[in-house]
Amino acid sequence: MGTYLVRRLLQSVIVIIGVTLISFLALHLSGDPTYLYVSERASNEEIQEAREKLGFNQPLSKQYLDYMVNLAQGDFGDSLMTKSSALERIGQVVPATIELTLFGMFLAISLAVPIGVIAATRRGTPVDGSVMLFAIFGQSMPNFWLGIMLMLFVGLRWELLPISGHVPLIEPLVDGDFKTFATNLPDAIKYLMMPGITIAVFSLSRNARLIRSSMLEVLSQDYVRTARSKGLKERAVVMRHAFRNALIPVVTMLGLEFGFLLGGVVVVETVFSWPGVGRLVFYSINQRDIPVVQATVVIFSFVFVGLNLVVDLIYARLDPRIRLK
Amino acid sequence: MTEQATLPLSAAPTTADILTLGMREREQSALRRAVRSMLRARWPVLALFILVVVVSVAILAPELSPKDPNRINLILRLKAPFEREQTGEMEFIFGTDALGRDVLSRLFYGARVSLLVGLTAVCIGGLLGTTLGILAGYFGGRVDDVIMRLADIQLAFPFILLAIMVLVILGRGVLNLVLVLGVGQWVTYARIARGTTMAQREKEYVEAAQSIGASNLRIMFRGILPNILAPLIVIASFNVASVILTEASLSFLGLGVPPTVPTWGGMLAESRDQLIANRWWLAVFPGVAIMLTVLSLNILGDWLRDLLDPRLRGTI
Repeated sequence: MGTYLVRRLLQSVIVIIGVTLISFLALHLSGDPTYLYVSERASNEEIQEAREKLGFNQPLSKQYLDYMVNLAQGDFGDSLMTKSSALERIGQVVPATIELTLFGMFLAISLAVPIGVIAATRRGTPVDGSVMLFAIFGQSMPNFWLGIMLMLFVGLRWELLPISGHVPLIEPLVDGDFKTFATNLPDAIKYLMMPGITIAVFSLSRNARLIRSSMLEVLSQDYVRTARSKGLKERAVVMRHAFRNALIPVVTMLGLEFGFLLGGVVVVETVFSWPGVGRLVFYSINQRDIPVVQATVVIFSFVFVGLNLVVDLIYARLDPRIRLK
Repeated sequence: MTEQATLPLSAAPTTADILTLGMREREQSALRRAVRSMLRARWPVLALFILVVVVSVAILAPELSPKDPNRINLILRLKAPFEREQTGEMEFIFGTDALGRDVLSRLFYGARVSLLVGLTAVCIGGLLGTTLGILAGYFGGRVDDVIMRLADIQLAFPFILLAIMVLVILGRGVLNLVLVLGVGQWVTYARIARGTTMAQREKEYVEAAQSIGASNLRIMFRGILPNILAPLIVIASFNVASVILTEASLSFLGLGVPPTVPTWGGMLAESRDQLIANRWWLAVFPGVAIMLTVLSLNILGDWLRDLLDPRLRGTI
């Protein structure tokens, strides 16, 4: 386990260097990045002054090193709009995004598992057929379009759910205010429903298909036949022998899943005006507030790398074959 | 029956003969097998039909469009679809948008961008990824290490974020969009190409080609490439679908092609302002267009996978 841990940690460090390097170089791809930071009417002196202040006159290697040192100290640059720290701005909106992502993940997994199992055990029946049809539809529509359709029909026409709004859950939880959390919960879920379904639908469809096919594979294994032939009830065969093994590929996906959903929130939050990181990014794109966009991408990748690391380590602990490879 | 594939007796076998041995025979029966399996599966026929329609509409957009897609006419703004004029004629079948532009014509032109961006990006990603993958698989060692670490880095964060960052900095435009989307796809191709190349490298035909002095380049691209193409084609068909979805998302965020070019994603972005007023047609039609196109590509991809390489089931 020791060598695996070291190797895996090293890999994560390389990835983080890569991500920051890409994010750093992207800024320089456009030519002199100073122009992104000054107004269009700035005089030559003002541009020169800004260039020196921002350090863009330094050699690239020095600039990258400074950038890394700043990142290590938690300085992700300042927003061009509010002049405040980009990290702080992201910090303010991150709880809403985590709520949405976790809720989406919960929907994607808690629904996909039974759906996939039912489809697999009823292979070839109309139930299986319609599940697979829904799944392929779910993977084929732009999720933000589903969001728009939900708003249009469920929200506006049938008035079943609110089309936008947000009730905080994580903030009271962090403050230790469980009473507010409990009173907020029912409303919060109501607001989470439509954006949650929207970000979950792609993963839900993919997971359902994945679980179905991995169930089918397991169900054709010898040990399942053995279990059946020794007279076990079908239910026991499915749940105790097949299901557990069918879950393995799904567990591997979990870490990637969170990151994938995190990538999707940018668009979905924009649709629902959800007050999270995605909407901040959208707003910053329109304002050309590059430091905020850059900081978000870097932070998201850190989270992503960290999660993958944790998942891999847990996985290696559970399955010795991985770490010996 | 198909002609027997044998080495010509007249001359000593060349590298090309060794590398293409038996391929002609395979090609002929493959086509027949493809048609038969498609008719049997039924759904792929429908999917293919939809795609042919979408491609034709894209190519023939100038001829098919009833109106100029960019002609603004504020008097005719926000006309509902399927409404008859007093003359009894339906002038705007799918209605008009907030600037009075014909939704149907914009849909037709939008097909061009979606397909063009999807196909070009997949070509770029496919060529780049396949080349790097074959290099990694064929040479192994240091080359393999470097290429695969690059792949790890790219897989380490959600691609759309990278695309957003690069496009915000570089600015929107067809070329930037296609490049970013293309570069974003290489990893999938590289991983598959690498794995399959490693398996092919051990085969006898590679050894035979090496022993008669064929260059590495020739072995890799004339010998190995045709043998590993099947899974790569399957990935490409799914990939066009996912690139079209990503392009729609980026256009929705205002990072796609410039706003004067009608795109499906851009139309959806514009429809957002009209939601509260219940102008449903602005959102429904472009969304359905995207969904039908992507759905058809996915169905065809599924079918192609089962046809070319059933072992891939569950992995892609």
